[in-house]
Amino acid sequence: MAQSPTKSAPGPLEYLRRWPLRLWLTAVLVYLYAPLISLMVFSFNKSRATIVWRGFTLDWYGKAFTDSDLVIAFANSLTIAAVSTIVSTVLGALTALLLWRFRFPLKTIFEGALGLPIVVPEICMGVAMLVFFTQVMPWPTNLAWPLNLGAIIISHISFSFSFVAIVVRGRLASFNRELEEAAKDLGAGEWRVFWDVLVPHMAPGLLAGALLAFTLSLDDFVITFFTSGPDTTTFPILVYSMVRFSPTPEVNAASTILIVLTVGLTAFALWISGGDVVRAEAGD
Amino acid sequence: MDESWEKAKAVFATLGVAPVAWLVGFFLLPLAIIWGYSFGENSSLTEISVNGTLSNYVHAIKPLYLGIILKSFWFAALTTVLCLIVGFPVAIAITFASPRTKGWLLMLIMLPFWTNLLIRTYALMAVLRTEGYVNTGLGVVWSALSHLLALFGHPLGPFHPLDLLYNNFAVVFGLVYVQLPFMVLPLYAALDRLDRSLIEASLDLGAGQLTTFRRVVVPLAIPGIISGALVTLIPSIGAYLTPDLLGGPSSLMIANVIERQFKTANDWPFGAALSFLLMYMTFLAIAVQAIVTRNRTRRRG
Amino acid sequence: MTAKTIIRFENITKRFGKVIAVDDVSLSINEGEFFALLGPSGCGKTTLLRMLAGFETPTEGRILIDGQDISRIPPNKRPVNMVFQSYAVFPHMSVADNVGYGLLVDGVARPERDRRVEEALALVKLDGYGARKPDQLSGGQRQRVALARALVKRPRVLLLDEPLSALDAKLREAMRSELAQLQDKVGITFIIVTHDQDEALAMASRCAVMNRGLLQQVATPSDLYEFPNSRFVADFIGQVNMFEGRLAVDEPDRAVVQTTELPAPVYLDHGVSGARDATVWVALRPEKIELHKRGEGRAPPTMDDAPADHNVVPGMIKHLTYLGSESVYDVEIAGGRMVRALRTNLTRWDQEDFTWDEPVWLSWHACSPAVLLS
Repeated sequence: MAQSPTKSAPGPLEYLRRWPLRLWLTAVLVYLYAPLISLMVFSFNKSRATIVWRGFTLDWYGKAFTDSDLVIAFANSLTIAAVSTIVSTVLGALTALLLWRFRFPLKTIFEGALGLPIVVPEICMGVAMLVFFTQVMPWPTNLAWPLNLGAIIISHISFSFSFVAIVVRGRLASFNRELEEAAKDLGAGEWRVFWDVLVPHMAPGLLAGALLAFTLSLDDFVITFFTSGPDTTTFPILVYSMVRFSPTPEVNAASTILIVLTVGLTAFALWISGGDVVRAEAGD
Repeated sequence: MDESWEKAKAVFATLGVAPVAWLVGFFLLPLAIIWGYSFGENSSLTEISVNGTLSNYVHAIKPLYLGIILKSFWFAALTTVLCLIVGFPVAIAITFASPRTKGWLLMLIMLPFWTNLLIRTYALMAVLRTEGYVNTGLGVVWSALSHLLALFGHPLGPFHPLDLLYNNFAVVFGLVYVQLPFMVLPLYAALDRLDRSLIEASLDLGAGQLTTFRRVVVPLAIPGIISGALVTLIPSIGAYLTPDLLGGPSSLMIANVIERQFKTANDWPFGAALSFLLMYMTFLAIAVQAIVTRNRTRRRG
Repeated sequence: MTAKTIIRFENITKRFGKVIAVDDVSLSINEGEFFALLGPSGCGKTTLLRMLAGFETPTEGRILIDGQDISRIPPNKRPVNMVFQSYAVFPHMSVADNVGYGLLVDGVARPERDRRVEEALALVKLDGYGARKPDQLSGGQRQRVALARALVKRPRVLLLDEPLSALDAKLREAMRSELAQLQDKVGITFIIVTHDQDEALAMASRCAVMNRGLLQQVATPSDLYEFPNSRFVADFIGQVNMFEGRLAVDEPDRAVVQTTELPAPVYLDHGVSGARDATVWVALRPEKIELHKRGEGRAPPTMDDAPADHNVVPGMIKHLTYLGSESVYDVEIAGGRMVRALRTNLTRWDQEDFTWDEPVWLSWHACSPAVLLS
């Protein structure tokens, strides 16, 4: 018999068991990951060259950790991301609740405006923020840390909270109204219903939204590029200038730290939510 | 649900005030100012007078800038088509994988999204550089081939590395690299919703795999294809970092020109006009998608 | 009558990982049959059908159509067509395009195609619906489109996967007889998969009962009902009272089963060729049990085909369900065991009207019980 005794031949829809598609998928994954993996590997390279292997070293990490500019930029980025995540999550949740619960005049227009930060090209938003923070509301340059990061934080919140609102609203859409009615029937007041029934249901959406806001903030280069000053360098801004003017394995080391951080954070969020985050972000 | 705002004004205000104020104050207002500037001109070094002039827009459609706008659109369109070609088989592979494998593959496709765009672009530079992986690899193959041919008395000349970085090719290559996950996810979502027995029915009725793909899978995946194209096209048109780092002097895209007006040329009104042209292009793409989708759903009744 | 075999399953096994969906099934189906694959959900019947259509590949064994091994032939090259459970009508094509799809991909020219589509639509009574879109059709009409689409290709065998399960009860009844008539008219072999025993018994000329991947019994509907070969088949097809016992006597023309579940031994007028003293099960259909009045000193009825004290037990009616054409009596016998009996309501008012909490005798003929060895 031609078939092996344990495995049947691939069925007509088992495309992943056919070699052309396997080859294609492998090639795409190599395309996506080979540059990133080699970037990480060469952060341990002895030579300054970023593509010829000269032996293992942790020197670049040592250099990165003692590079005060890099450490400050890193701290700035994390601070901006943390603050903007908290504020965007609150604003996003309020927006989602507002849209979910109420019917009001100009609702369609509000929804449209809310979608703008998602579709407006980053560059347009960047220059708008630049003009706003120089002409309308000049942000004082002599403020103490972290208040000097205010302009960047405000910009980040402006583009993040719409994303949070959409993710949380998607989650709210699956809320069973009967739960709320049951809670009221059992004697809970409006406020108790909110905390005991609605918030627990929203939780995975809030977590997914917060993760998205954090990633967007940490990832942002263009908008920050237009709102940061000489004292308020963020990690992407610093890496950008290093890439432009002196690409050394130190950049690789710093990048590796950031990749590990974001991937680790995502994995953590996935782990505590049991996969709800992926589903919420995928829009299910 | 749909409760009228008048029934619970206090709750409505508590929920609404902060988001609306933020959206208006820190988003719509800045955009409105830019929009105003696009109809103004520099009256002194620091002053801009908004006098309703259209000269910035006229300036923007001069051949030099019109060429850059069209090139941005062309790069974005090419990127979208390439992403579609590369991404469709990937989406199919994920859709028809076993549930376990599916989870892993989705994770692998989404992971780059959580990696910093700047870092991803930097990683690509090492691949494409003159002394990068591609050229080094080609060099090795070339010299091996040369040695082999030398045995027959026809050695090849010295290897000339390909110019892979700082040109248009690098920009499109980089855009595809960055945008691919955004294409795959909506395609996957559309294919996953598709009733498998439709594909089986087509095979059952005598159509081969390719005919089935063309006549059943693609027509039914159109909504996914359209939304995938949109989420690829829009960020690509306004891409800044990719052309800035991977492109050469001739591969400027519209975002790079806008940045120059604000950061070096100091011609804010013109930059503002270009920004709004870019925004109009974006809205146009969204409107086209909305119309196409609505027509499809209406035709379906 | 010698029937020609059209399909042969030879030792077919299908595993999904560690799960065995179909376990060493061998089965022949004859040309022109209306064949039903019957069983509870997860029994492997759909997998067997899908292997025949080519959507699943067997882990072991061969499938032959007209003597040719089709294991390696892709679904689009097999001479079988399928009506899917969800109908799988293409939502982006008109009814006519759906029906003509199989001809189109086969390269049948336009005029010929149009003619055959029209014919097929007429066959399923959908004349004039060609221009409609599937979402303008009812569930029953969509099913007819799926039928026409499969039949228009003139397959050697038509496969139907739970075709009636999505229809409402009334339409289901009507479709049963219509499918049977259709099969008669086109003369194509039909293989239907169903979990509904009524459906299988009503339509099929022959049924295969499956359970947990194994083929339990292949027989005509009446043989399945009257001569089940196992407890599973007896229990799955129709209602049954089942008593476990010991084979006390087993001779060519009679047998006796002693059972602790009944106060009287069960007498049969035929042998069962089982081992002496083996554990056996007696299956007794409710309609084969007779009810007699008891109490006020009435003697037990004597069955003329069984020795005294055999096939007669006393009991008390505990529950009565009036169903119009018939009534169902749940009778408690000694030891608390319930036995179900069924009587057709032959007259509009019954002289011997049985009622709640009435003492009765239950009896049955020596030819009625089926003795099952497994």
